[in-house]
Amino acid sequence: MSLSINLLTDLQEMWQYGFMQHAFEAGTIVAIVAGIVGYFIVLRRSSFAAHALAHIGFAGAAGAVLFGIAPIIGLLLFTGCGGITIAILGRRAATRDTQIGIVLSFMLGLGVLFISLYSGYATEAYSILFGEILGISNNDVIVTLVASLMILFSIGIVYRPLLFSSLDEEVAEVKGLPTLWLGIIFMLMVAVATSVAVQVVGVLLIFSLMITPAAIAHRFAKRPKQGIMISIFIALIATWLGLFISFYEPYPVSFFITSIVFFLYIITLIFHRLKIKNSSLNND
Amino acid sequence: MNANYPNIITVENLAAGYQNNIVWQDANFTIDHGEFVAIIGPNGSGKTTLFRLLLGMQKPIRGNIKIFNTPPKRGNPYIGFVPQRHLIDPEMTIESLELVRLGFSGKQWGFNPFSQKDRKYAFDVLKAVGAENLAHRSLGVLSGGELQRVFLAEALVSDPNLLLLDEPLSNLDIRREQELVQLINNVVRARNATALLIAHNINPLLSVLDKVIYIVNGKVAIGKPNEVLTSESLSALYGTQVEVLRGSQGQVAVIGIEENQHHCD
Repeated sequence: MSLSINLLTDLQEMWQYGFMQHAFEAGTIVAIVAGIVGYFIVLRRSSFAAHALAHIGFAGAAGAVLFGIAPIIGLLLFTGCGGITIAILGRRAATRDTQIGIVLSFMLGLGVLFISLYSGYATEAYSILFGEILGISNNDVIVTLVASLMILFSIGIVYRPLLFSSLDEEVAEVKGLPTLWLGIIFMLMVAVATSVAVQVVGVLLIFSLMITPAAIAHRFAKRPKQGIMISIFIALIATWLGLFISFYEPYPVSFFITSIVFFLYIITLIFHRLKIKNSSLNND
Repeated sequence: MNANYPNIITVENLAAGYQNNIVWQDANFTIDHGEFVAIIGPNGSGKTTLFRLLLGMQKPIRGNIKIFNTPPKRGNPYIGFVPQRHLIDPEMTIESLELVRLGFSGKQWGFNPFSQKDRKYAFDVLKAVGAENLAHRSLGVLSGGELQRVFLAEALVSDPNLLLLDEPLSNLDIRREQELVQLINNVVRARNATALLIAHNINPLLSVLDKVIYIVNGKVAIGKPNEVLTSESLSALYGTQVEVLRGSQGQVAVIGIEENQHHCD
């Protein structure tokens, strides 16, 4: 397989392979969902809670493998329970780094135990930790699609109240919005989004799809709708480009995706420094 | 419609606090339609607690509150509320207009990507508080005075009859304090609304106030500024001898008089 000048022929060649087609399908769905949910995670300052949910999911996925169930079921179950717990403990709990870190490491340890009890291949652990998008089956794509449609549908319903309670929780509560329930619904969305994103980038690299594109979007956009669009766009570009390159290069997709978003983030930071410098020069 | 009640707020034998800890008690007062009222008192005296009772966020220990002739409840559409906010994250890039807009439509479920009505309302209210130039600026870069204008717009956008403002003047310099007081006064009078404002210092408010609620040592006093801000009434409230001094423009300073000073006189 070699790269030609014509993008269309390259893509056609790629999509002859079922595994590449599934990877592109699942990757696209996950990038859209991660971009949207990530925007709200960054707005609510709960990045670390989302990171922790992915680790809680590791224990669930490893446990599922041990008992011969599909890893996605274990992921959904553990991240779902973890998400509800964090939401009930309250907004302030979502920013308590130390306690979250303690639970996170315990869950990783539990996952290690499950993996060691499982006498099968160590590749299972590897793919949960770092993602294995090229190994995605047709069934996985359908599960991903259904889960993602549920998230999009929920976001569509709670969009404005969720935005309001994320931006100004005190006034939203006084105005009669059910901020606790909104928090629980939101953490459930994060749980489902995390579970499907783990298939692409894995537990350890979840930040790259859920947080980095959204963090870049927050720096560029002053309106939520624009921000969400940019966040989706960056997650999509990184996933597509990562998959494309990995078809020709013998390195993991996760590496390419994480590198692409990282470099985009660095460029964003430099751009902003220059902008601040320019505006202060103009003011002088 | 609710603006037709002459008494916006009626409070009878009210006691507030948490379980066995009474913060203040025996409060009796009425606030009439169109009044501008300041709530003054030291830190921790229970000023914000009074707001929480009026907003239905907390139940009184005993006594009665009527607001627009009904008991307080959360989500009362006739109340606009500006909480005391300590900090806005400087990294918050969302523009002011979006926050004000959510004050109008943030309670609505469902997704309406084509609605621009709330944007127009939000912009009009920002204009009314003289902040249209802030509409497209990020919340994180606004100064304290600018933020207070935006928060005021957020509260006003739902067209409330009663405004509750918790320490809007804190962290402002004297000039900005004066500007904001004038703005609040103009807006409240122009809309024929009623306003309760919590403050540390009564002086910037004296020229616009109709009433003052003074909360000290678990006791609540209310009246016209000239009735409450006297040496006698404040001494009774503080439970110790204090003296109210007046500046050339009527500004007040409350000075505690220590017992042993009498011997020196």
